[in-house]
Amino acid sequence: MSDALQVIQDPTLTYRQEVLALARLGEATDHSLVYSDAYYAAKAKGALCDLNEGPMPYRPRYICPDYKLLFQKGCDFLQLDPPRDLLEAVNVLEIFYCHVPSITAYPVYLGDLDKLLEPFVIKEDRAYAKKVLGLFLRNIDRVQTDSFVHADIGPEDSVTGRILLELTEEMQLAIPNLTLRYDPERTSDDFALACVKCMLKTAKPSFANHGMFTREWGEDYAIASCYNGLKIAGGGFTLPRMRLYECALDAKSPEDFLENELPKYIDLQLEYMDKRVKFIVEESSFFKTNFLVTEGFVKQENFTGMFGVVGLAECCNHLLGIKDVKQGFGLNEEATQLGLRIMDAIEKRVSEHVAPYCDAFDHRYRLHAQVGIDSDGMDDSPGTRIPIGAEPCMLDQLEVNEKFHPYFPTGTGDIFKFEETYIKTPEAILPIIKASLARGLRYFSGYLENNDVVRVTGYLVKKSEIEKLRQKKQSLNQVTLFGMGAQDGGHALDRRIQHHEESAHQ
Amino acid sequence: MLWIEGYSIMKKAPINKIIYFSNVDGPGNRTSIFFQGCSFHCHFCHNPETISLCQNCGRCVPQCPAKALRMEGRQVVWEEAKCVQCDTCIHVCQLFASPRVSWLTVEELLSRINRALPYIEGITTSGGDCTLYPDFLKELFSRMHQAGKTCLIDANGAYDFSKDSALLSVCDGIMLDVKAVLPAWHQWLIGQAPDPVLRNLDFLLAQHKLQEVRTVILPGQEEENKATVQYVAHRIQDACDYKIIRYRPFGVKEAYQKELGEMETAVEEAEAYVRLAQSLGASRAYMV
Ligand code: SF4
Ligand code: SF4
Repeated sequence: MSDALQVIQDPTLTYRQEVLALARLGEATDHSLVYSDAYYAAKAKGALCDLNEGPMPYRPRYICPDYKLLFQKGCDFLQLDPPRDLLEAVNVLEIFYCHVPSITAYPVYLGDLDKLLEPFVIKEDRAYAKKVLGLFLRNIDRVQTDSFVHADIGPEDSVTGRILLELTEEMQLAIPNLTLRYDPERTSDDFALACVKCMLKTAKPSFANHGMFTREWGEDYAIASCYNGLKIAGGGFTLPRMRLYECALDAKSPEDFLENELPKYIDLQLEYMDKRVKFIVEESSFFKTNFLVTEGFVKQENFTGMFGVVGLAECCNHLLGIKDVKQGFGLNEEATQLGLRIMDAIEKRVSEHVAPYCDAFDHRYRLHAQVGIDSDGMDDSPGTRIPIGAEPCMLDQLEVNEKFHPYFPTGTGDIFKFEETYIKTPEAILPIIKASLARGLRYFSGYLENNDVVRVTGYLVKKSEIEKLRQKKQSLNQVTLFGMGAQDGGHALDRRIQHHEESAHQ
Repeated sequence: MLWIEGYSIMKKAPINKIIYFSNVDGPGNRTSIFFQGCSFHCHFCHNPETISLCQNCGRCVPQCPAKALRMEGRQVVWEEAKCVQCDTCIHVCQLFASPRVSWLTVEELLSRINRALPYIEGITTSGGDCTLYPDFLKELFSRMHQAGKTCLIDANGAYDFSKDSALLSVCDGIMLDVKAVLPAWHQWLIGQAPDPVLRNLDFLLAQHKLQEVRTVILPGQEEENKATVQYVAHRIQDACDYKIIRYRPFGVKEAYQKELGEMETAVEEAEAYVRLAQSLGASRAYMV
């Protein structure tokens, strides 16, 4: 059966999912952009992976429009005036979102919703504002049907932020993904606690280390897609990844890996990225004619390439001959130290490479801990995470994360699953998040076991929607399928639970 | 008692377990430290292996599947790195003890918990019964206070707090078990009279040092449960939390499971006692 026929006959795909799947097949038939033989060989081996970006990029992978500008001057191309009240503001956004491209065809960044909407919300009666925002969230969930659609709030408390949290809890939707930009100086404990409560019940928001992101990107940064740090009015050109376990398979020793195999694959991935970035900027029409560019909602110089890695744990364990993951990376000092040496080497080599364009970043690409895809199975754990099933106690896990998170300005994160009693004690979670962010953690996600909305590797899905797919029914959210794959192949929902152990006395 | 002598000579205490992050041992995120040894002998204890100190009889040694236990002279030695936490040893032990205990000085204990300090509000010492080691606690707590952390004691109530103002002054609160108030029932359940516990209840209340009182509700023991809950509620009112705990047979020694019943206390049954306590003024009663 041809691939196209398979798509057309798949009972679980919605119409729009079919169109996108067919478009991807079409894209893959043109090979005008040629990569090196060595690259193709590495790809065939599974050592490098293009994350199905397609051979000929026709838009940047992630785009983070400047919505502030949209609200200031409107948009000529879409014939939108600057909004004057809440209804107009929400309507402007809903229309604009439909015209923001990305790798998924859905907008991966919806803006700092609280900051954008607060001036309008406070002019309205609270109940009315909540009704409007509820319809806005419903529109996003049903129209932007992809879990990589992401909105940000914080660092400050706001009426809009509070209403969004309330609605998130009441509506229990997987879309959009949500992040609190947490800053101990600017985020009140009360607001942070409200976010923890909401996170326990809905798996969002996650907590981003505002200080760390600001130091790297300036105040104008976005958290988009899973947990990706990017510049507002910019974004990410492309995101390929090194599958570190496969990269290590031919190495004779850790030293051989560090001296020969690793640099070889880093260079191949850099060369691949350079080609794609040049193609997007020089050949494709996006940066020449798209209204986002011509009207200034994004600027080419604010884009960078995202250098992805995945499977550091399995790479280290393989190089040290460790078979039992419970004795390996993250639980074994030697393996963790090797991980740090590998990351130092990657960081150094990537930072020495002069990248085309990327003007706002001193012509450098930035590292990204890629979160894995459903087909990775158990071979490559997300980014630098400890493999599922081997997670040590939460304190150990955080300490490992704190060492590795600083390497990844374009995003990394870890997820913690909490036992039911935590719903009554959110104040027992906030100090953990605060301390860990202060000690180098970049991004914290959590959820309560037994939730319907759960965080798979970085994105959210509903367990009830996965069940639909199993019964060969359609799921509106195109990411549900990845969730099922990650659950089956990567056991992504079986992560360790932070539970209260029995106290001493009955 | 042998271990008390050992403790005072060596300034070491037997530590059964450290849980770095706990949300059920007082407010916020806390590190729980479990001491070995208890002067009570409760039938429903659900970690009975913390009651006594190991007598080095050696019975558990050959049963360990991971070879984490060995005899060194007449002492049982436990190798933490090899242990797979299968709990075989504590099931084999007939003496309500565990070979997985580390004798630590305050300094050694601190070196294990220091790494948790940035993440926690304080520590809670528990057991067994940690008040068997009051001097150790005093030193530990003063060190914790220097680090800006609060210290709570989870106590069985046998220790006479009114005679140790030094301990009270470095302790931020006590979580007291009031298991029973009817003397005969207390005697049967615990092996001692309830008087010291009830004296502590009144004393700690007056000192504003009561963080929480806890009572386990046993299934079907209506008269006894009611007497305990009424007594406690009358006294504490809204001065502290009152945790009503459902009995669960998990972990309880088999012989006692037979006596007490293999059933959990039903949620509805326990909820009725929460309402009873609240109706008598203990507004901070809740169930777990
Ligand atoms: S733990 Fe129990 S069985 Fe093992 S040596 Fe000690 S007293 Fe004997
Ligand atoms: S729990 Fe006890 S029996 Fe099991 S491995 Fe550890 S020491 Fe051995």
